[in-house]
Amino acid sequence: MSNHLIDLKDLETGEIKELLYLTDRFVEVSQRPIPKVPALRGRTIAMLFFEDSTRTRMSFDLAANRLSADVLEFPTHTSSLSKGESILDTVETIHALGVDALIIRHYSSGLPRKIADGVGVAPSVINAGDGSNAHPTQGLLDAYTLCQHFHGLAGSDASLSGIHIGIIGDVKHSRVARSDVHAYTSLGATVTLVAPESLQPPNLEDWPVEICEDLDSVLPTFDAVGLLRIQNERMKEGLVPSVDEYVQRYGMTETRAADLRDEVVIMHPGPVNRGIEIAETVLDNRKNVLIKQQVTNGVPVRMAVLFRLLGSGVEID
Amino acid sequence: MADRERRMTPPYGGVFVARTTVLDAAQVERALTRISHEIIERNQGLEDVVLVALQTGGVKIARLIARSLFKIDGVDVPMGTLDVALYRDDIGLRPVMPEAETDIPVDLSAKIVVLVDDVLFTGRTIRAALDALTDFGRPRSVQLAVVIDRGHRELPIRPDFVGKNLPTRRDEVVDVNPEGVLLGEMRK
Repeated sequence: MSNHLIDLKDLETGEIKELLYLTDRFVEVSQRPIPKVPALRGRTIAMLFFEDSTRTRMSFDLAANRLSADVLEFPTHTSSLSKGESILDTVETIHALGVDALIIRHYSSGLPRKIADGVGVAPSVINAGDGSNAHPTQGLLDAYTLCQHFHGLAGSDASLSGIHIGIIGDVKHSRVARSDVHAYTSLGATVTLVAPESLQPPNLEDWPVEICEDLDSVLPTFDAVGLLRIQNERMKEGLVPSVDEYVQRYGMTETRAADLRDEVVIMHPGPVNRGIEIAETVLDNRKNVLIKQQVTNGVPVRMAVLFRLLGSGVEID
Repeated sequence: MADRERRMTPPYGGVFVARTTVLDAAQVERALTRISHEIIERNQGLEDVVLVALQTGGVKIARLIARSLFKIDGVDVPMGTLDVALYRDDIGLRPVMPEAETDIPVDLSAKIVVLVDDVLFTGRTIRAALDALTDFGRPRSVQLAVVIDRGHRELPIRPDFVGKNLPTRRDEVVDVNPEGVLLGEMRK
């Protein structure tokens, strides 16, 4: 594994499995009376979030703290960037301060890769979501959540084989969908994307998935359903005619949920638009809605990533 | 030496080539029986005693000690396992991966913890284990049982219960199994 994590596509399947196996260990650490280990004492991790985030940011922060690393918050609004310093120069400055890793979220697709190419070997660059490109730790934590749900834990040979997963909604603009598809299919799952044509990404033929526009025709075949957040802007852009029509065609309404087998799992990367992607009563009352478990698993997954990149001392190829 | 350590200490991987048999199966069993008696004697019984096996080499040994304690005293002593990779002081200096399960089934506060490992060498694993234990409670005391003490300590750590003291060279490798203890070396 290189010493950056930019996109799950850069990893071999074995490396994804190794991270999930490592996550099992950190799930155990998270359940201890004192859920903190000294593994990354003395390492400093800078967080550069150019886009709002609650769970990813807090989860990385907590993961770093539980590994005893120091966290440096980079104030993206009050920094020299607003004086016109370029991001690459800023990254150089942060590196010169003696930082071991940069966790970066940016609205521009491809920026984390550009930064990683710019810094070379150190510091480690970790992508916490770039534009509509990739969100590797979300892909890992969604895959982990499914492994845990179906098998108890990931184990040394994590697998989702035999499981049919539907990813529903705005696939076109979703970095989560891209990373999830890669994580799920690497582990042997079958994935079907469900979206209106206006929200399907171009170049779909490169994706190892089935595509469908009609949710109700495929819903009964799913073992797990991943709902995607629909951004208000998409409505404004006219990609979706109206909220009502979206809910009617793609929402996890009470009626649809009632038709699902009890065992079918529902996930959502958050934040949820209550009443749009998923009905309020389904969100609050249905069994096997794993949204909170996804958030919980975010911490051990990110501990695994940080430890693997900064702590394991395995030689960099 | 734990499997993991063997895999990760230069020459990485390699093949263990045995030169001498230090203890045979019967001698290992006798040593563990004696250690069991010593644990009971030292602690005037087995009340509050918990065995904590170090992953991975200590686990088989701890199971045998638990069985032997049961034979002698009829007490089923609780047993846990501990992987100390995340507490090591050489993280970043050499490959370290937590690979085995940590499972401490009881609160260790006020308990007598007997750490169990196969070989005591530099003492650094035990140092890491002592740190790890404090995250699971505050034991009344911590004692250390090992099958082989091979010397070369780098820290002020000593075992309470020893199967055999074995003078070794630093580059030699000690292989401990219930079937016997072998002394040899790693070859590429």
